[in-house]
Amino acid sequence: MEDQVTFTRREILVGAGSLVGLGALSSRETPGTALAAAKPVTVGFVYVGPKNDYGWNQQHAVAAKKVAQLEGVKIIEQENVPETVESEKVMEGMIRHDGARVIFATSFGYWPNVLKLARKYPDVLFTHIGALWKDGDPKNAIGYRGYMEEPHYICGYVAGHLTKTGKLGFIGSKPLYFIFNNANGFILGARAVNPKITCQVVITGDWNNPVREAEVTQSLIDQGVDVIVANVDSAKVVIENAERRGIMSCGYHTDLSELAPKGFLTGAEWNWAVGAKFVQAWQMAGAYPNLLRGGFKQDMVAISPFGRAVPADLREKALKVRQAFVDDQLKLYKGPLRDNEGNVILRDGEVVANDDNKFKLGVKFLVEGAIGKTGLKK
Amino acid sequence: MSEVGWWGVLIAVVGGAIRVSTPYLFVSLGETLTEKSGRVNLGLEGTLVMGAMSGYAVAHLTGSPWLGVLVAGMAGATFGLAHGAICNLPRVNDIAVGIALFLLGTGLAFHLGKPFIEPSAPRLPHFALGAWSASPQVRAALEINALFVVGLVLAPLLLWGLRNTRWGLVVRTVGDNSDAARALGYSAEQVRAMATMAGGFLAGVGGSFLSLYYPGTWNEGLSSGQGLMAIALVIFARWNPMHCFWVSLLFGGATALGPALQSIGITTHYYLLNAAPYALTLVLLVWSSSTRHTLVGAPSELRISR
Amino acid sequence: MRLSNGAETAAISAAALLATLVLFGGFVALHGLNPFQVYGVLYLGAFGTWFSLQQTLTQAAPVMLTALCTALPARAGLLVIGGEGALVVGGVATVLVGVALAGAPPPLAIALMCLGGALAGGLWIGAAGALRQFRGVNETISTLLLNYIAIAVMNHLVTGPIRDFAQVLKPASWSIGEAFMLGEIPGTSIHWGLALGVVACLAAWVLMRHTTFGFGVDILGGNVRAARMAGLPIARMVLLTCFLGGGAAGLAGAIEIVAVHGFASSSLAVGFGYAGILVAFLSRQNPLAVVFIAVLLGGISASGGLVQRRFGLPDAATLVLQGTLFVVVLASNTLYGRLRAARVA
Repeated sequence: MEDQVTFTRREILVGAGSLVGLGALSSRETPGTALAAAKPVTVGFVYVGPKNDYGWNQQHAVAAKKVAQLEGVKIIEQENVPETVESEKVMEGMIRHDGARVIFATSFGYWPNVLKLARKYPDVLFTHIGALWKDGDPKNAIGYRGYMEEPHYICGYVAGHLTKTGKLGFIGSKPLYFIFNNANGFILGARAVNPKITCQVVITGDWNNPVREAEVTQSLIDQGVDVIVANVDSAKVVIENAERRGIMSCGYHTDLSELAPKGFLTGAEWNWAVGAKFVQAWQMAGAYPNLLRGGFKQDMVAISPFGRAVPADLREKALKVRQAFVDDQLKLYKGPLRDNEGNVILRDGEVVANDDNKFKLGVKFLVEGAIGKTGLKK
Repeated sequence: MSEVGWWGVLIAVVGGAIRVSTPYLFVSLGETLTEKSGRVNLGLEGTLVMGAMSGYAVAHLTGSPWLGVLVAGMAGATFGLAHGAICNLPRVNDIAVGIALFLLGTGLAFHLGKPFIEPSAPRLPHFALGAWSASPQVRAALEINALFVVGLVLAPLLLWGLRNTRWGLVVRTVGDNSDAARALGYSAEQVRAMATMAGGFLAGVGGSFLSLYYPGTWNEGLSSGQGLMAIALVIFARWNPMHCFWVSLLFGGATALGPALQSIGITTHYYLLNAAPYALTLVLLVWSSSTRHTLVGAPSELRISR
Repeated sequence: MRLSNGAETAAISAAALLATLVLFGGFVALHGLNPFQVYGVLYLGAFGTWFSLQQTLTQAAPVMLTALCTALPARAGLLVIGGEGALVVGGVATVLVGVALAGAPPPLAIALMCLGGALAGGLWIGAAGALRQFRGVNETISTLLLNYIAIAVMNHLVTGPIRDFAQVLKPASWSIGEAFMLGEIPGTSIHWGLALGVVACLAAWVLMRHTTFGFGVDILGGNVRAARMAGLPIARMVLLTCFLGGGAAGLAGAIEIVAVHGFASSSLAVGFGYAGILVAFLSRQNPLAVVFIAVLLGGISASGGLVQRRFGLPDAATLVLQGTLFVVVLASNTLYGRLRAARVA
């Protein structure tokens, strides 16, 4: 069974983030065999934006629908919940008024509120997509997230082949570790093809700000950038504006290939289906990990269908790269590696495992070839 | 292609000035007309959002962006009429009503606009004034959209109309001295309601620009206070439609400056940069105001100039 | 119909509330929902359980204070909409004071922090008042612009000069430390900020309705010329009402730091200031009414989520309800005086 395999792999991975129930896992307990019927449970989904935003929130809503199809599960959803104390009120309201026993907190900034409520309500399971769980945090909380840097590597790889100017653009929302990892993945993939490629990295400061995203897109294109990828809640604005100016683009979160018939290359998508497994584990009092991260290997991320602009031979090459991730042959961060300020990050021969969470959580640098700053003190 | 650098920043600012100024232009022209008649409509932010949503929705459903613009204008006119009618009731504070309609308009727009976040809508046309240039950046910057041209024609037309036509005189009289207007047989309330309605129409059209041209999508984060900024813009421009045009360009360029600098790697102080238009307005307001005389050009009946 | 002043206010306010409920009921009926079911859930989410009530009161606390930022200057005839900016400025000042006082005894530190926040907010809006009084700059526009500027400066500080880089989740300022946090009212999960808010509103009410200063402000708000002829110290009244109003909003910012977050971040600018404008108008600028209206509006906010979840109504429905309430109440202003027999001339 897929989740057994996942949990077993988690055992042998070397990384930070302890797993609860490791004892139970190593005894290879199969969730679901002990109890016959699933306990009815109400599951609450909290979104930071609208459910149909053609991006981040939509992918979670898609996963929510899958969860709703589980036996005995009823879902309740609330959108546009800001990352403030408000989210705590919403989650607590779901627990107290609606009797929710599993909460999916689908935005990064909800974490402190999740921690607070997890301590207050030990019989409720909280999941959070920030992958910030560490030893000492409440056991009824799960941090999970896919390694988006892997599909970004492939986007960069494809972009690296097709760029004519050698200049790429990466628009990020907030100065957070996963944004930098994604940018690094994108740049490393491109520079694996051509070490002279540069990438402008611009942070807008908001998850969603269409006017600013559009302006940044225009400025980047004016600077000569010919492939853009945007790590914002809905990349629709960026991709449509890029397409109008004849620039290539890569998608994010969900399949955006229809928006840019000419210029779309590929994109980085989430596969949040593992959420359903958490609910099942909770229903049947089974085991679950507190920290779950995975890339292509664990099927937690995917790439979008290729656009017309990507020729057949390049598609094959890109898929081989994907396979290299699946086989764990390709390591994203390996030495010699410098950051874009000249510091040495990894020496020749040093390699970071693709699931080294501690390293990735602590990424405060942009790799060589990036033009821009993280703004974080190292 | 060689490094574009600072030259690129300039182009981005020019292009941004044209792109981003259009909604400011329409909203400020509309508000100028409204304020000339002696009313302040702070609800234009809600009208703008409503215009953006309705224009996008209609364009998507019918395939015609211009029909979307028209419907956006009519939605704006409806809100303007509501504002005018409610404020005509005695003892009702027009600034507060504006804020109320802003809330209501935004709420309705978000509510009705949910099904339209995902789909795409046809876009308004543009004129390629930069076709002479070999540089794609210049070409892009000089892409003048159709509504900008409409605004460009509308501004001097409005100025001429206010100065030289009978209805312009009526509006101004109502705005300067409603007693005199009444003595002449004009109902101040009716004129104000009409002016507010026309102002709302223009604001709705301005909103449709955001969704039907640039950024070209419907999204709940689309407006970041442009409607409210336009109020300040009108004062800045001394209630002169042609000045509204130039100040809109200025604000558009200022808005584009932050992102443009970011794209060449200047990333510090971007919050402060993005607040530049607001600080600029405040400074100019302080510099040009005086207790000894009302702001030059201010309609005397206007509450905010007293 | 002859009604006394107080009864008239009550009657018209009740009528406005009823009209709003009817209009909103029509709105939800268009969605195929039973309005009475929706009302029931609105009540449940706002006041129906002890949990709901606590949520409502917690929501009401900051809004009571930001409402004073509009209500107090409004009594003097000014329309200030700068509560949001003053709150943010107050919050930042509170953090700075708190960090500077590290190690001091907590009660003293908390008092000084609140004072610092209030002072900062007071100066912020007081500046706008001064600009109005001495430069003729319209206070509605200036405070609107000051809002944007305050938020931008706060964001700049919080992502740079006063940033705590250990906070990985969102850019946040230095923390004032656990010891300096204001606790909860015993037996509840509501922080003491609510008490501060109520006390501030009571104090404002006493000041505005029962002192000569307040009486003078009323005259100024009614007729500038009359105030001038009476020789009232107009400049002082304008500046003081702006300072006090801004101080209240600044105090709200201080409470957000001291009782809720412990540090400054973009979570300070979440619309409490703008909600305060709404409350001020609905309370007809009366500080005592502000307390009750803030609770009412807090209830609507608190129950919005429940309504959304139970009926599948989009979140914008709460905005529609608030906007409708605001419009109806403002329009109902015109009824005042019509239900009273004219006083003997």
